[in-house]
Amino acid sequence: MHANVPVQFDHNGKLRHFLTIQGLSEETLTGILDIAHSFIDFGKREIKKIPLMRGKTVVNLFFEPSTRTRTTFEIAAKRLSADVVNMNATRMSTTKGETILDTVKTIEAMHTDMFVVRDRASGAAQLIASHLPDYVRVINAGDGRHEHPTQAMLDVFTIRQHRQDFSKLRIAIVGDILHSRVARSQIHALNILGTREIRVIGPRTLIPTDIETMGVGYVNNMRDGLENIDVVIMLRIQRERMDGQLIPSEQEYFARYGLTEETLGFAKPDAMVMHPGPINRGLEISSSVADGNRSVILDQVTNGIAVRMSIMAHLMGGQEKSRWT
Amino acid sequence: MDISILNGHLIDPANGINQVMDIHISQDRIKAIGDPGQDFKPERVIDAKGRYIFPGIVDLCARLREPGEEHKATILSETRAAASAGITSLICPPDTLPVIETPGMVHMIQDRANAAGYSDIYPLGALTSGLKGEKLTDMATLQDAGCVGVSNALEPVENSLLMRRAMQYASTYDIPVFLASWDPWLQGNGVVHEGFISTLLGLPAIPEAAETVGVARDIALVETTGASAHILLISCEKSVSRLREARQRKLPITGSVAVHNLLCTESDIGEFNTFFKVIPPLRTMQDQEGLIQGLAGGDISVICSDHQPHSLDSKLAPFSEAATGIAGLDTLLTLAWSLARNGRLKAETVIAALTENPAQIAGLECGNLAVGKPADLLVFDEGVSWTLDNTTMMSRGRNSPWFGHELTGKVLLTIKGGKIVWEP
Repeated sequence: MHANVPVQFDHNGKLRHFLTIQGLSEETLTGILDIAHSFIDFGKREIKKIPLMRGKTVVNLFFEPSTRTRTTFEIAAKRLSADVVNMNATRMSTTKGETILDTVKTIEAMHTDMFVVRDRASGAAQLIASHLPDYVRVINAGDGRHEHPTQAMLDVFTIRQHRQDFSKLRIAIVGDILHSRVARSQIHALNILGTREIRVIGPRTLIPTDIETMGVGYVNNMRDGLENIDVVIMLRIQRERMDGQLIPSEQEYFARYGLTEETLGFAKPDAMVMHPGPINRGLEISSSVADGNRSVILDQVTNGIAVRMSIMAHLMGGQEKSRWT
Repeated sequence: MDISILNGHLIDPANGINQVMDIHISQDRIKAIGDPGQDFKPERVIDAKGRYIFPGIVDLCARLREPGEEHKATILSETRAAASAGITSLICPPDTLPVIETPGMVHMIQDRANAAGYSDIYPLGALTSGLKGEKLTDMATLQDAGCVGVSNALEPVENSLLMRRAMQYASTYDIPVFLASWDPWLQGNGVVHEGFISTLLGLPAIPEAAETVGVARDIALVETTGASAHILLISCEKSVSRLREARQRKLPITGSVAVHNLLCTESDIGEFNTFFKVIPPLRTMQDQEGLIQGLAGGDISVICSDHQPHSLDSKLAPFSEAATGIAGLDTLLTLAWSLARNGRLKAETVIAALTENPAQIAGLECGNLAVGKPADLLVFDEGVSWTLDNTTMMSRGRNSPWFGHELTGKVLLTIKGGKIVWEP
């Protein structure tokens, strides 16, 4: 009925917020990746700061607990010389008490230039972005099961460090796709970058209906699913999914979908192993693979800083006017 | 009041009328169609040239929020909104606070509606005590008090044995049963149709089977009990097929659809637009087409508003946590008529689904323009453009996806029991 104008673009089509990978162009993604590449060596310098965001205030507003994501955002913002405030907020799920928008507007009133938001509800970042003044930027650090776009960017960045051409790559994503915001963002990003083939692997209870409409193929087992695969992305299995409603037991799950030296053998000999973390050793991935020479899991963490710096710089570059002008 | 309305285009499906005719009202009844006779001296003559005249609309599912949630809306605010939209009879599910399960509640609601003087309210009594699905209510007493049927509102009765007994008991006294037929387990905590939108947005989903399983169970129970049942708010094409089969077997079962399920699909949710959060959810284009075909073929016989007024604030939340439902009284006829104007449905089908058919299901005398029947009718201009905004929206609810949008077709005059209850 309505024309849907994506919230993350301004009226000129310029990227204003970073809420979802869906709908971004290949140029936008490669632009962010290229700048991130130039930031990589920064971390090795004696003085790790550039003044791109000097005088700007970034608030990390996390309604859901997080350490690694919040920390890398904090480091990224500080390397850009921004002032950073971390807020681990709690909120009520009902209309009683302060709503999520009340909380955000209160903090915005303290002159915040950028919010990095994580929330348990899908769509929270869009909601916040659409109710803030034009000069405030919002980065989605994970909303419910919807998207985790900066994670997907650092994942494709890490792939690009090792493999140049996405059009030649076959990539498998293994595990709980249904509840994974990371998987949704990865699928969008990999498709936009022209990945030759994306497969999702897992039991049917963990695969969303009509997943094919997102541009991936489904395979129910590791042997077929990993055949000719260049990159294996393992997803975290939440312990609370193990209550027998979605998967019968850890043993049965690990036997069929766990990544071990043996199952990794179904993929190409030089296949990369990735995981957005935190890892459940022995539940979705064996220690020998996670710590093995084909794993780039720690590279992903390191790259998170440069990629998030690049995304922040990208959004601030698009800031047409601040409240002070 | 004695009123003559001249030159209007009457559509009265119950009496097979679809042409320009004069209509005359004496006191609270229809006096004549065509020539009223020499002696008739109307106090008021209205020229309705170029306009339509329909029977007053009977909305089979509308919530007014009183008692219990008067901060959202009241009987006065919502019956007035109904009158402004040509709705002269409202059938209200029992999910008020407290629920409608005592004669006192029924009388209180009707007294307040009478005092307001706009539209009539016909409450549905609770099917089970507190809508908890554990224990039958005093249905026969509720019927005596004025309930036109019993219902568990949007709370499905999980226990099939209790559901069977509820139908048996209701059928003893010919009390119609109004059902929201869905399986609570499959429904789960879902908020959108299970399909590409739920997958894309990562929202908990309601599969089609939640409804088809519920409809299949309730049809089977109707078959064994002989209860007269109405399935509220059908949303899937496959449910329409089940209803068709049931009708072919002459089972006493009818179905309705909310107007928004006829006009919108899951795609309208776009980027988490909470104004399109409804239960049952907006489904696929195929379902939408199936519902329209269901109306065309008579398998679904009623279009209702499923009016659920909320404050704006309750929609300003993440999708899963936002309030469910649309405030739909103001737009019911305008939106339903768009299906006739676009040629998707015959005008008679749309009007019958808003008037005659729901009146029959609720056992009401109104819903048609036969001589001697209650003078409930409206004058409609299908060409008027207007914007749904704070000045035009009469419901106290502000939760409409059409809020701020231009619409075409508006009620100019509403007469209820011979009284003009709306004339801006």
